Amino acid sequence: MSDTASPRTLYDKIWDSHVVDQQDDGNCLIYIDRHIIHEVTSPQAFEGLRMTGRKLRRPSAMIAVPDHNVPTTSDRATRVDDPQSQIQLETLEANCKEFGVDYIPMLDARQGIVHIVGPEQGFTLPGTTIVCGDSHTSTHGAFGALAFGIGTSEVEHVMATQTLILRRSKNMRVDVSGELGFGVTAKDIALAIIGAIGTAGGTGHVIEYTGSAIRGLSMEGRMTLCNMAIEAGARAGMVAADEKTFAYLQGRPKAPKGNTYEQAVAHWKTLQTDEGAHFDKEVFLKAEDIAPQVTWGTSPQDVLAVTDVVPNPEDMDDGNRKAATERALKYMGLEAGTPLVEIPIQKVFIGSCTNARIEDIREAAVIAKGRQVADGVEALVVPGSGLVKAQAEEEGLDKILTAAGFDWREPGCSMCLAMNADKLQPQERCASTSNRNFEGRQGPGGRTHLMSPAMAAAAAVTGYITDVRPMMKEQG
Amino acid sequence: MEKFTTIRSVAAPMPTINVDTDMIIPQQHLKTIKRTGLGKFAFSNLRYHADGSENEDFVLNKEPYRTAQILIAGDNFGCGSSREHAPWALTDFGLRVIIAPSFADIFFGNCFKNGLLPITLPQETVDKLMDDAGRGANAIMTVDLEKQEITGPDGGVVSFSIDPFRRHCLLNGLDDIGLTLEKADKISKFEETQKATQPWL
Repeated sequence: MSDTASPRTLYDKIWDSHVVDQQDDGNCLIYIDRHIIHEVTSPQAFEGLRMTGRKLRRPSAMIAVPDHNVPTTSDRATRVDDPQSQIQLETLEANCKEFGVDYIPMLDARQGIVHIVGPEQGFTLPGTTIVCGDSHTSTHGAFGALAFGIGTSEVEHVMATQTLILRRSKNMRVDVSGELGFGVTAKDIALAIIGAIGTAGGTGHVIEYTGSAIRGLSMEGRMTLCNMAIEAGARAGMVAADEKTFAYLQGRPKAPKGNTYEQAVAHWKTLQTDEGAHFDKEVFLKAEDIAPQVTWGTSPQDVLAVTDVVPNPEDMDDGNRKAATERALKYMGLEAGTPLVEIPIQKVFIGSCTNARIEDIREAAVIAKGRQVADGVEALVVPGSGLVKAQAEEEGLDKILTAAGFDWREPGCSMCLAMNADKLQPQERCASTSNRNFEGRQGPGGRTHLMSPAMAAAAAVTGYITDVRPMMKEQG
Repeated sequence: MEKFTTIRSVAAPMPTINVDTDMIIPQQHLKTIKRTGLGKFAFSNLRYHADGSENEDFVLNKEPYRTAQILIAGDNFGCGSSREHAPWALTDFGLRVIIAPSFADIFFGNCFKNGLLPITLPQETVDKLMDDAGRGANAIMTVDLEKQEITGPDGGVVSFSIDPFRRHCLLNGLDDIGLTLEKADKISKFEETQKATQPWL
């Protein structure tokens, strides 16, 4: 354990308070407070427990919810077309029953994407360690928690021991100061950071996001930001808890109540990086410099301002980078020099653990209001949870979106990773609010352009990648 | 887990940077509830054409690389999704060693749980091994985890370093859950203290 008298980062503090045992070689046994599971990465872990005769150490520290391959169509109550998906869903339910895990079924009003459900239920709390067999677990870092994705063997390790064997990561700070421009969102900050440091920029590090622009973000915005820490290569991303965090958590079903809540808040307030704490790496961005972002290639670091043009591989000195860009342009069917706003799209996906919270739906609805989805474009809005869906419907957002020609769906991961029926056809081009533009991510041969919900909605109504800012001004 | 011994094999070159886990095992093959049998889907979008026929340009479809146990890879290998299906697919395909300038954190950790050895070396060293791997049938390399040495086709030796605990587990095929359970008392003690100081957890 480090000397607790010297200034420590938020990450150091959470790490230090979770060390169960430290080996001489530097590996530590770290206690895990919260474990979320879903249908895709848990079956082999349960199977491992059965084969070794092991039990869950602390079932009350777990919740389970199916999300990755649930259908998003309204007929899902009666049918799941894909028999393999059906088996995974049934296996999750059976395992939760056998091992005594709190399970939220597909048709429950609380069902949704794991990283949206956890915070909504107050399961995600500041200062905790949170894991899930899903890389976007970094989302929960928005609450000042240490949250990260793990593989299935580690899922099994946590199930059996409530711990993980880990080495301390390095500390990295990404500071964004100033005020965001009109029409610029948390998603644009997330993409701009990845553009600045690359998809391996955070490897071996835990990022703490600081600065006035980060403080200014809502909890939803902070979740969007931390969600994509993994796309910057970081083990986790985090934002220190503040009054917004406490207000968000108060009254949530699994959050502490009454006196315990007050006691918890007093503790959470101490979870700040100390003045003078050391960061191994620091990056500073100015919010004013960030324009709405769009990816053009097949890695999240292939990102530019919407006002830019498709880059030319010939301009690149690094051989590997040049080869990667040539490959990306070929896959994406793009010519160097083409203005991004001249790229036509055929599909729009508004959803995912990055951007399927109430604010994201509102943002899309502002643009959709009084407009129509362009001819030949199919646009999908998939709320992140049943609770988000219900709130959006209470606010009438579903009516605005469907009147504009958007398809309003049931919650799930959907076209972010195309494990259910929602996917791109080969060569189909999509404006997407998700987090990965990898080859084949949204369906084999599909072409993904990542952007914010407002930008995706703008693309839906024009049929092209579009700078949303003039449309927002028009809207008033 | 199978013990990791010395591997002597042809090494396949894959210089592409940022090879993500979606590329290693696409989402359509994640709908299994087993760990086994994923080798035929490793790199499936690159390995096969849409009609299911083999893409003869893909390195692992070429002789002698079809039976390679060693892969020389580009920077940031294994980025993206945490899916352990990626190392499951690679080991089931037959790979036992991946050498790259850097790996994404989650994939790196997942490898060790599955008897797959990820070796990080400086870019220029990987570049040299990449050239060596391009020599086809002559691209025979030996990876000795005990000595932490790679012997190239021309007899040149490159040293590498692996976390001692992980090396120990690989060499002895140890199940780390079993090792952790030996510390159950310490875990219980931690839980008691935490319950007293943070009753909301």
